[in-house]
Amino acid sequence: MSTVLELHGVTKSYPPPTAVTALRDVDLRIRGGQTVAITGPSGSGKSTMLNVLGTLERPSSGVIRIAGADTSAMSDRQLSGIRATRIGFVFQQFHLLEHLNVLDNVATGLLYRGLDARRRRAAAAVAIEQVGLGPRGRHRPAQLSGGERQRTAIARAVAGQPAVVLADEPTGNLDTTTGAEIVALLAGLASPDTTVVIITHDPSIAARMQRQVALRDGQIVYDSDPS
Amino acid sequence: MNGPRGRLRLVDGLALGVVGLRARRMRSALSALGVAIAIAALVAVLGIAASSKADLLAQLGEEGNLLTVAAGQTFTGNPTPLPTTAESMIAAIPPVREVTAVGNVSGATVRRTAAIPAIQTSGISVLAAQPSLLDTLSAQLLSGRFLGPLAQHYPETVLGYSAAQNLGIDVLGPQTQVYLGGTYYTVIGVLAPVTVAPEIDDAALVSFPMAAGLGLPRQQPTRIYLRADPDQVAAVAGVLPFTASPAAPEAVEVRRPSDVLLARIAAKTTFVGLFLGLGAVALLVGGVGIANIMVISVLERRGEIGLRRALGARARHVAAQFLLESAALALLGGLAGVALGSLATAVAARANGNAFSMPADAPLAGLAAALLVGAIAGLYPATRAARLAPADALRTL
Repeated sequence: MSTVLELHGVTKSYPPPTAVTALRDVDLRIRGGQTVAITGPSGSGKSTMLNVLGTLERPSSGVIRIAGADTSAMSDRQLSGIRATRIGFVFQQFHLLEHLNVLDNVATGLLYRGLDARRRRAAAAVAIEQVGLGPRGRHRPAQLSGGERQRTAIARAVAGQPAVVLADEPTGNLDTTTGAEIVALLAGLASPDTTVVIITHDPSIAARMQRQVALRDGQIVYDSDPS
Repeated sequence: MNGPRGRLRLVDGLALGVVGLRARRMRSALSALGVAIAIAALVAVLGIAASSKADLLAQLGEEGNLLTVAAGQTFTGNPTPLPTTAESMIAAIPPVREVTAVGNVSGATVRRTAAIPAIQTSGISVLAAQPSLLDTLSAQLLSGRFLGPLAQHYPETVLGYSAAQNLGIDVLGPQTQVYLGGTYYTVIGVLAPVTVAPEIDDAALVSFPMAAGLGLPRQQPTRIYLRADPDQVAAVAGVLPFTASPAAPEAVEVRRPSDVLLARIAAKTTFVGLFLGLGAVALLVGGVGIANIMVISVLERRGEIGLRRALGARARHVAAQFLLESAALALLGGLAGVALGSLATAVAARANGNAFSMPADAPLAGLAAALLVGAIAGLYPATRAARLAPADALRTL
């Protein structure tokens, strides 16, 4: 299976006043179709790792390749294109737009691809079925439970069939049972074309993934499947 | 490289600018209100000015063919008389339609009673007038009647508007009299203000035969009013000095009283400039209000900004969203302002008895000004939103 995400010698340090080095010379290759958990205590660099993988932040040095393409020389326009077409994000805080219903929230996931509204909604309807929210399409986020909100966010992430789904503490705001359902849903998204990467501090969630990578002080201290 | 690109359809981009407003209706309405009030003020100033100007212009059209002929003043400030033939000579000019003469009775004063000292003239002059004065000047009577056949032989007078006010004469009765040149005259009428001949407002009018008794020699007119064919006004004005006073044409002054109306229109225009300036200040304040609310909106919606960047929005997509939102807010205010301003103009025109008139470009200019202010107000917030680092924006709850 080909490598879909590749970090090579990636270092990320923040300028003063924080002056923290969040990632130190990290090498990581993630194959297509894998489910990967990136774990570690607070401040270990997990979130920076996700931001860098998702091109939301540029590394201070090192190379990131997404589906073979080197992102270090890319413009804002090109990076935005990568995010719009190759990556789906799931956040701890869901980040749903309160004034839109579930269907339109999910369709917003395709807004920056340049698809027309009809095609966005058609794809959104499919994704909503996929996450088991079929009857909730017309509801507003305020009318949904926490688990349903996160399902909506997952539907938004996968509506465009991205190569990579990046989830940052997706169960952080959910109770244990609901969290387990969400993790099962995310793990089930993996396919030869879809890689799922979850950032978590919870070992039981990490155990549900095929591969576990542990970070401490910005360095990889454990990798269950180094390749 | 030519990889995948973040793209946003134009129609979706425009929709984004409105969606944000719908999500915060109360706040949007309040911040649009500031612009609405300013635009309403601007539109109303232009509209009210146009309405009252339209009235003056209509009056100008009615009075544009009125000419006055006078012979200047003596050393003591009294009008010099015109030749007695002047009126009939002028009436003989073909394009002259109507003509009337007045004669200044220089020695006479008008007082309420004989008990009032002669020195208190209240600035009222005594003019000999003809019955044709009313039609020639298109003057209106506030009350009573004008000088008729009786006035040729009996002491009757008609007061100008200001003269009646200065004498304290409000309601006319059969016994209303004034002490005029040594005898009591019955006041038989009061004129409404005559815009084009303000000297009539300050006068007490008597008939020429009665004026002769007061010392006006030989029916001599001091001023002649005439109306000419509107197309021939300038030509008539050119021949008037020679016609009125062949012996001393250089002493004859020909005036077109409608010039007074032109001056009034100009004066109104000056005030319009002042009020437009004040309206512009109000618009500026409205713009600052929008900028303020947009900055707050950017702070509140950091999460949304981060999300949109994560979904593939480019920095300029985010900037465009906030810029459009700001412009839409101002445009909304502008639309409401144009409606309010037109309403205010209609109400004011009705209250003043003018016809409603609105310059065609006033609403358009109002909308354009609102849009411009909205766009400028949105520049800074939009730039801030676009500069927000996606990862930082997403970290906020």
